[in-house]
Amino acid sequence: MAERKIRIMVAKPGLDGHDRGARVLARCFRDAGFEVIYTGCHQSPEQIAAAAIQEDVDLVGLSCLSGAHRTLFPRVVELLKEQGAGDIAVIGGGIIPDQDFPLLYDAGIMAIFTPGATLDSIVDWVRTNVKPRR
Amino acid sequence: MAEESEEMDKLRKIREGDVRTASRLIRNLEDDLPEAKSAIKRIFALTGRAHVIGITGSPGAGKSTLVDALISSFRKKEKTVGVLAVDPTSPFTGGAILGDRIRMQRHAEDPGVFVRSLATRGALGGLSKAVGDAVHVLDVMGKEIIMVETVGTGQQEVEIINHSHTVVVVLVPGMGDEIQAIKAGIMEIADIFVINKADRDGATQLYSELTAMLNMVPEFTGGWRPPIIRIGNVFDSGPFGESMEELAAAIAEHYRRLVEKDLLGDRIRRKTLVEINEALRDAILEPILKDLTESGEMDRIAGRLLRKESDPYTIAEEVARRCLK
Ligand code: B12
Ligand SMILES: Nc1nc2c(ncn2[C@@H]2O[C@H](COP(=O)(O)OP(=O)(O)OP(=O)(O)O)[C@@H](O)[C@H]2O)c(=O)[nH]1
Ligand SMILES: [Mg+2]
Repeated sequence: MAERKIRIMVAKPGLDGHDRGARVLARCFRDAGFEVIYTGCHQSPEQIAAAAIQEDVDLVGLSCLSGAHRTLFPRVVELLKEQGAGDIAVIGGGIIPDQDFPLLYDAGIMAIFTPGATLDSIVDWVRTNVKPRR
Repeated sequence: MAEESEEMDKLRKIREGDVRTASRLIRNLEDDLPEAKSAIKRIFALTGRAHVIGITGSPGAGKSTLVDALISSFRKKEKTVGVLAVDPTSPFTGGAILGDRIRMQRHAEDPGVFVRSLATRGALGGLSKAVGDAVHVLDVMGKEIIMVETVGTGQQEVEIINHSHTVVVVLVPGMGDEIQAIKAGIMEIADIFVINKADRDGATQLYSELTAMLNMVPEFTGGWRPPIIRIGNVFDSGPFGESMEELAAAIAEHYRRLVEKDLLGDRIRRKTLVEINEALRDAILEPILKDLTESGEMDRIAGRLLRKESDPYTIAEEVARRCLK
């Protein structure tokens, strides 16, 4: 039996075009041995949730540097729950002011990483918190 | 017993088109879980309704973009569509970036479309080992059209022929000595050629070289001469939008021809032979290898070979005599 692979979707919700971070992250996850689905920019929360379910990922990572995270991130969690996929973990990163953390955590975002977060710390978080589901 | 009914429930959901359940089964197939195999046993009899289209060609040729445009075209005809898009696994880390989906995301919310990315996980033929069974899953979900996009291929990766009814080979001009490269293998498997990015220099030359090459083929199976379709830019809706429809029509025509000339059976047979081959390998070879490794016998064999006390053929015959009674 082969090993159970962790599958992660990296997605950029909204109109934000800052995709460097998302690309860096996709490569870093690949190098950590994960399978990464990258959706590209300009995704609606609906598209992200639908794709996450079709791809059967364990984790969705949302990247947003434009300031629209307050509405977009919670919406993705909500849509996954509505579609019976609340077990898919959602984390986020980008330009996110400290004062927004509580709102996002309350909405079900499990972790937030801002500029300066090391790639190692992100991979460590994934390895500790994400177990491929049966 | 409870397990039994749980499994039946899952299979019912898949037949009703439930994305979550189907996607999870594909995941289990990729991870080679025994329960996934038993699901295939149960659905195998229901398979064989979809038209399976393989899309192959060199890296960056525009395969995913083409699949995206074909999805739109099939959806206009109200066909349901499943897509399996394969990208390479890094041999160094075992990870993969599956990027084909980027081109198809506009269809993400369409319930008539199911796109699933697969990593090769070490398979060499341009596909993933799970692809054959994943096609079965989409088929049982009721997808009428299934498109399988291979990794960017060279000359050797022709596995797609074993898994599809219609093979579309995507070429682009200006990538060096094109024809030389494709003659070797990819050439023989094409049912339809697409010259993509035909607005570029070299497209006319590629077209005439390809035509010349086809002219040299003495006889085509079933009388089907692979058409060459030139697509300038799939993002244009103008004249090249028409060539997308030409491609869709050629695909449909090829399928009709397969059915008419009773050739579909040959294609399906090809897949079943590959399937039984793999299944036998799993059922016979794998357990023997596992046994030899775990009992330490493999080390002893390696030692004998190193000391030239025996040779691989003799040892294989010994093992076969012992294990295959
Ligand atoms: C490079 C850059 C650009 C480039 C983008 C290139 C590209 N393709 O990505 C260009 C020049 C195009 C650009 C344009 C703009 N930019 Co700009 N840009 C930046 C800059 C300088 C660096 C961003 C970057 O690439 N960082 C490197 C990557 C690796 O880091 P990162 O994305 O932050 O990711 C790290 C973490 O945040 C975290 N992370 C991020 N996402 C995720 C996701 C997950 C799941 C996880 C786990 C972690 C994680 O992990 C990473 C590693 O630590 C920032 C300033 C800054 N210091 O952040 C401004 C910045 C983001 N830009 C800004 C602005 C305003 C703009 C423009 C609107 C400017 C304008 N008026 O035209 C445009 C809009 C572009 C658009 N279409 O959206 C503002 C945003 C302000 C805000 N949110 O309130 C910033 C903050 C500058 C500022 N201080 O004002 N920009
Ligand atoms: N000019 C032009 N560019 C195209 C066309 N189709 C695709 N492209 C571009 O070619 C690049 C590769 O396209 P993809 O569709 O990802 O190619 P692919 O064959 O799927 O690539 P891999 O899966 O990585 O092998 C992208 O930048 C596309 O925008 C076309 O018809 N004309
Ligand atoms: Mg592709």
